[in-house]
Amino acid sequence: MSPIAPIAFSRTAAPRVPLLALDTVWFQVAGTLCNLTCHHCFVSCSPTNHAHEIMDRREVRRYLDEAASLGANDTYFTGGEPFLNREILEILEDALRFGPTTVLTNATLITPSRAGALSAMERSSRYSLEIRVSLDGLTPETNDPIRGEGCFDATMAGVRELANVGLSPILTVAQTWGDDEDRSLREGFHEFLRSNGLDHPRVKILPLFRIGREASRTRGYAAEEFLTEEHMRGHDPWTLQCSTSRMVTSRGVYVCPILIDSPDALMGKTLAETLRPFPLSHGACHTCWATGASCRN
Amino acid sequence: MTEEPVADLGVFDGPLATLGGPYNNHLALRAVLEDARRRGAERIICLGDLGGFGPNPGKIYPLLAEFEVVTIAGNYDRSLAERLADCGCGYTHPADNHFAQLSYDYTNRRTTDAERAWLRALPAAGRMTRGGRRWLFCHGSPRRVNEFLWESGSSDTFLERLARDASADQVLCTHTGLHWQRLLPSGARFVNVGAVGRPANDGSPTVWYAFFPAGASEAEFVPVAYDHEALAREMEGEGLPREFVETIRTGWWTTCLEILPAKERARGKY
Repeated sequence: MSPIAPIAFSRTAAPRVPLLALDTVWFQVAGTLCNLTCHHCFVSCSPTNHAHEIMDRREVRRYLDEAASLGANDTYFTGGEPFLNREILEILEDALRFGPTTVLTNATLITPSRAGALSAMERSSRYSLEIRVSLDGLTPETNDPIRGEGCFDATMAGVRELANVGLSPILTVAQTWGDDEDRSLREGFHEFLRSNGLDHPRVKILPLFRIGREASRTRGYAAEEFLTEEHMRGHDPWTLQCSTSRMVTSRGVYVCPILIDSPDALMGKTLAETLRPFPLSHGACHTCWATGASCRN
Repeated sequence: MTEEPVADLGVFDGPLATLGGPYNNHLALRAVLEDARRRGAERIICLGDLGGFGPNPGKIYPLLAEFEVVTIAGNYDRSLAERLADCGCGYTHPADNHFAQLSYDYTNRRTTDAERAWLRALPAAGRMTRGGRRWLFCHGSPRRVNEFLWESGSSDTFLERLARDASADQVLCTHTGLHWQRLLPSGARFVNVGAVGRPANDGSPTVWYAFFPAGASEAEFVPVAYDHEALAREMEGEGLPREFVETIRTGWWTTCLEILPAKERARGKY
């Protein structure tokens, strides 16, 4: 058990997941700043949350160089809302020179000129640029209570800008519904995207993490929702994203994109310092283990 | 991978054919093997996933024997050998898994004990020395049988690391069903040989394999036409999903699409 793990979670020895390979590097490129204040946000991002600051291009480039020297494969850019970062287009260009790149956005700030720039950089790169757009319902009535008034229309305007320039975003939805409705909702999302001009609709469904604002929207983790060595017996560590990725923010390198509000998840200042096992001591670790979820595409 | 058996394929500089993913498509496999022989291939290596998608799995094995094909185990082959519940393809989306399960259940039901024993004996990888360079033959990637190495989803630095970690100067893989190759800055080369069981999502029913003329390290990707209409009818007769049959007839992928990166997805019809 790591000596910096909080006492509250150390009631039983947490299993440790090895870093099998550093394949993926995430960037909290807009810090915790967001133009929206979604009720289920697991890092409580908002227009006023400065827990993690916006990263500048030079800082990102330093980590991209380090990632390349360590043989990493791909990068992901998130926030907060990445398009609040004024250098985001240049940063994505830098990343695409290195490898496959994904940006996670609410699409409300995708203007025609930004869509055009994204399309141009995608076409000139040998690697895929993936644009993940978050939405939680197919109508303002279902989406906006979670993500905010007017958000549905603003997001769909951004999606149409992307479709206009030939980009096909992946719709990312946090699962706020029950498993019984799952199949029909998934098909509904595909049909919805097609009707909005996307010929190759793609949908990614993420589980809810019961931390940040989500903990007060529904509930936090229960005492039994923590992992022990028993859970990891026979469990393939490759399926846990912390075995192959790390998350960079203005504060340093964290184990994963979910736990950046947990001080004990800060593993070092450089990627090289974080190439070691991590104790799965958080409730969120239980969600990844139980659902097989990965923040990757 | 290190604990599993690796076939020693010796030193070989002659004409070589490498193919991936027959997926029960015995008509395409025969056409490819005949094409390779016509080109003078003295060795033929199959990178696994014999089953799935197509009809009547038992028709693949005699072809591999007739043409003396060296076969490396794919995830499908391992799953069948061990009677696992699914193909272990590594899809993460429920829609992909739904169709993958249909073809796995079909193939699993029709695989004999003798075939399972044969699959169990397949090596996890093969090594060959060619032109003085170290070649590694595998299914997904050198480190994982079900890792997808897509052209637009694999960075140079990553491929360099995979090759270095595997002590290989040239890596041959399949698993994605789409062929591509890349010469890396270090001089190492990756060749994804594609699949012969399913067309390459390009609107043509032909299938692809990789041919290496004597001494060559650069692959020639060869499109092969076969009687795809006969296969489509055989699939219909077996009650396989019409989505699969459509792919055989049109060359467009209709299922297991969610896993494709943006560039590869955009090239297809669906």
